[in-house]
Amino acid sequence: MSEKLPAGVQRREFDGSERLATRGVPVYGEPTDGEWRAWNPNRSKLGAMLEMGMETGLAGGETVLYLGAASGTTVSHVADFAGPTYAVEFAARPVRDLLEAAESRNRLFPLLKDARKLETYAHVVESDVDVIVQDVATRGQARVALENRRFLAEDGRLLLAVKARSEDVTREPSAVFEDVREELSEGYEILEARGLEAYHADHLGIVARPR
Amino acid sequence: MTDTDGWFAAVDRDDPDAMAAAIREGRADEPHDWPALALEAAFASDEDEYYDALRDATTAATRAAVTERERADDRQLVHAVRAMDDCDRTANELAERLAEWAGTVDPEAGTGVEYARKLTRGETDDDLEEPAIRSLAERVADLAGEADDLREFVERQTPAVAPNLSALADPVLAARLISLAGGLETLAKKPSGTIQVLGAEDALFAHLRGHAPSPKHGIIYTHDAVRGTHPENRGSAARAVAGKLAIAARVDHYSGESKPELEAELAERIETIQARTTDEDDETDGGADDE
Repeated sequence: MSEKLPAGVQRREFDGSERLATRGVPVYGEPTDGEWRAWNPNRSKLGAMLEMGMETGLAGGETVLYLGAASGTTVSHVADFAGPTYAVEFAARPVRDLLEAAESRNRLFPLLKDARKLETYAHVVESDVDVIVQDVATRGQARVALENRRFLAEDGRLLLAVKARSEDVTREPSAVFEDVREELSEGYEILEARGLEAYHADHLGIVARPR
Repeated sequence: MTDTDGWFAAVDRDDPDAMAAAIREGRADEPHDWPALALEAAFASDEDEYYDALRDATTAATRAAVTERERADDRQLVHAVRAMDDCDRTANELAERLAEWAGTVDPEAGTGVEYARKLTRGETDDDLEEPAIRSLAERVADLAGEADDLREFVERQTPAVAPNLSALADPVLAARLISLAGGLETLAKKPSGTIQVLGAEDALFAHLRGHAPSPKHGIIYTHDAVRGTHPENRGSAARAVAGKLAIAARVDHYSGESKPELEAELAERIETIQARTTDEDDETDGGADDE
């Protein structure tokens, strides 16, 4: 497989099977091998995108804005291989766990903010970040990506996991994805889009760059 | 701080509280290259130092914000009412198990939490000597007692958090609605049609998928005005109750003042609805009111 994993992410053997892993303090009880810890694609949409070999453009060491960090499962892996990582999450309960994940990572900045109200964190998050990772479970996921585009560098990447059921539980996921892609194209050029079914039902993984 | 300044403008590096407050309360219309600007403003001497300061400030700010949100009174209610339901459910489940077990030893064994309590008090005049059964009975009685204590807590706390809501519904129902919505603020922002079917999500989604009729009521079924109404008019009653509860939640969240007239209005409306079943010919008043 000719894949380009970011520096700091490796395929390593855990209990006889080859899995993605990053180096850092374990967060959610994942298996470890020395200082490496397995990255579970079933619990992480970005993990699934990497596992499937999508061209995320990640090289390691990027400045990242992560929207929808939840309890820090994925963002902890991102902080392991990336540079400064801003983690935005709106719900108080998961942020308690996120704070714990942030404790051992000194370039992970947790923010209890609403990703739909960027004026409440634009005074903290720097401009021209290299990557926006978005995994928010609200309606208007394309809108969130479009609005947060102003944080993104011109040659930056948006790595978006669209959850169909958050937009409209009653509609066909494929129809929802079609709408999201169309709206997203107002501000982004979609480079790759693949269903994440193997790991996450009714999710679409999108790699895009600002236009 | 103007809208073009970063969080670090106008804060003292030696004052962690002020830095955290700047993270929490600050605003900007546009992001800028804050690390570079911070160096320019001599806030930090190099990028590493800036990021270290940023990390301390964001962590402190976020921790404080989380604590504040989780301690808010309606959050406490949500936990209490959920714990109460968990205790109730578990006590009942264990009581069933107990009844089955005790039944094999004593054919006269009763059922339910009441039997467990009797057993614990030693009021069963039999030779139920098995200590394991007695011990289980004690757990059941304790759990049921815990549920009662929690119910008292909820009944005491809800009127303080949501005075109008608990006047209109009973305090436990009010707390349940808050719990289902996820908080008083979210409940206050819900339309009455949503409040009407809170707790009937399964039925609602079955309906939205197109193979079931729309649910008439969710948890508000336990409200006397809904339950006490003839089934034929329960939909109308549920609609009226939900409408007033929605208003009550908004008043509670945004002003907090008591509005007793809500109760009177609801009582009047319910009386009209319930009168329909008594004088059958009234057909024009159904269905098309609010919503």
